[in-house]
Amino acid sequence: MGLSARRASSCRGDNQLTIESVSKKFGGVTAVQDVSVEVPRGGILSIIGPNGAGKTSLLNMLSGFYKPDSGRVMLEGQDITHKKPSEIASLGVARTFQNIALFSGLTVLDNLMLGRHVRMKAGVLSSVIYWGFAQKEDIAHREAVEEIIDFLKLQDLRKLQTATLAYGLRKRVELGRALALEPKVLLLDEPMGGMNQDEKEDMARYILDVNQERGVTVVLIEHDMGVVMDISDKVVVLDRGKCIASGTPAHVQGDARVIEAYLGTAKSGGQT
Amino acid sequence: MFHREAGIFKTTYAADMALYPLPIAKWTVAALALLFVVLIPLLFAEYYLAILNLIFIAVVGALGLNILVGYTGQISIGHGAFMSVGAYTAANLAVRLDLPFWITLPAGGLMAALIGVVVGIPSLRIKGLYLAIATLAGQLIIEWTINHVPAISGGAQASIQVPRPDLFGLILNTQSRLYFFLLFFAALAIVATLNLMRSRIGRAFIAVRDQDIAAEIIGINIYRYKLLSFAISSFYAGVCGVLYTYYFGIANYEQFQLIVSIDYLAMIIIGGLGSVLGSIFGAIFVTLLPIVLRLLLENVGSLVFSESELANVISGTRLAVFGALIIFFLIVEPEGLNRLWRNVRNYFRVWPFSY
Repeated sequence: MGLSARRASSCRGDNQLTIESVSKKFGGVTAVQDVSVEVPRGGILSIIGPNGAGKTSLLNMLSGFYKPDSGRVMLEGQDITHKKPSEIASLGVARTFQNIALFSGLTVLDNLMLGRHVRMKAGVLSSVIYWGFAQKEDIAHREAVEEIIDFLKLQDLRKLQTATLAYGLRKRVELGRALALEPKVLLLDEPMGGMNQDEKEDMARYILDVNQERGVTVVLIEHDMGVVMDISDKVVVLDRGKCIASGTPAHVQGDARVIEAYLGTAKSGGQT
Repeated sequence: MFHREAGIFKTTYAADMALYPLPIAKWTVAALALLFVVLIPLLFAEYYLAILNLIFIAVVGALGLNILVGYTGQISIGHGAFMSVGAYTAANLAVRLDLPFWITLPAGGLMAALIGVVVGIPSLRIKGLYLAIATLAGQLIIEWTINHVPAISGGAQASIQVPRPDLFGLILNTQSRLYFFLLFFAALAIVATLNLMRSRIGRAFIAVRDQDIAAEIIGINIYRYKLLSFAISSFYAGVCGVLYTYYFGIANYEQFQLIVSIDYLAMIIIGGLGSVLGSIFGAIFVTLLPIVLRLLLENVGSLVFSESELANVISGTRLAVFGALIIFFLIVEPEGLNRLWRNVRNYFRVWPFSY
């Protein structure tokens, strides 16, 4: 396994994030098996695959929720495999969830301010006193948050509780919260799941802007092939926990194993 | 009452993030300050000041518990015990070392915070009902320890007489003198909580409550913040315990038994979880309830019950009404009195139009 990792990394360019032959088992089920992925700096990488292929498990290992049974995850040359999710976040990795995980009792503004938690310093005492350090800090970070509010066009929602927002808007707020962290790497778990065509196009635009204007490396899981093929620099295909193909969108689209995984073959008579 | 946003524009973020963004609220606060600092102590008799004093102390405790339960989403049935930790720490320091209140008060709070963190450790692994039982165990262990270790409890009755607090030579031995002392700490606790909850730490508490997984992903160490919440909350409880001690002039573990923990939980449920104003409403309500009930029953009940029965009836009725009220609020208005107040305010916000 160490060998394959070595081999994988031998031909690398400038990779922001490297996944080196990670495996994860849940009881008898192998969710991810010996998967290696290299995420190029400043690129958009999509992870696709049928349901249950291990995409979210892989993302969970990147953000520290799952610890791989073997293999490692490197962020800019630093081993983050066994770090806590909160530590990985403070290193500049932000993510969104497939099922939106906003703080429903708080306003849009507070949700975004929470996104800046790791960039802020106020402790208990200065928070209690507030006037002085905490207030200055809050205002400085409020300015950064307002910039994101402008970018994502959330101006009129600032003071609304997120529980009251429509689905597509909540997805956008969640993206905003992740951006507020000023991430180097952004992990998006189905950012367009459940959206209509207009909302998908908006979201794709935002992702491209985040990538190009802010230089954020993006890793996303998505089921909409049209979007994936349009915006990705690189596509990784997982099937039953294994990486069956990776490369440019065009390359992956023509790969026989990918077609088999998605459509099945005449021989086997479809997926089980 | 008349919160009208129309025509008020803010030009700085500081103004937008102020505690009271509307001018009317500033006037309200000024009016309340005038009422509590000048009018009430002038007009009220000692007996009513004594009741107000009890409310002030309860406000401190309720705010503390609300930080933990309402804002951070953890639960504690051990706050009565944390108060007793504060009370006995202060009592021992005051009696043995003859220390003044401005040392015993924070010392009691800090000791309670320390014990609170220890009792809160199970919260790292368990939630909800299980955590409730774990903190209940904390309550009983602390109660037992204080009762059975003479070094803490000061001997046979497990109670320590404490000298009245001394403020620059003025002995606070009457209710009207204690009034300002306790009013100050209640106001301090209110402002501190408001500030805490609108800044980084408070937001992180709410994040842990609403979505602990998402909280971790944005870089909040949820273990640290759960324990921090236990610490801050128990600090308030400890201070509350010290204030009780100075109020009664005695530290006695019987003032801080399980029923007190439940009283305080009732306060924040009835008042409104996760709300500063709710904690205040709850503290007022729960403190006044037995007093009003007793007044009512003494006047009306004497027609039905004999003198000897009346005492039992009063204590029984108090518990029954209490239980009924908690059930009522949980079903009808889970957000408590604070919600009712907001409904009234929102109605008048656009009054006399419907939108």
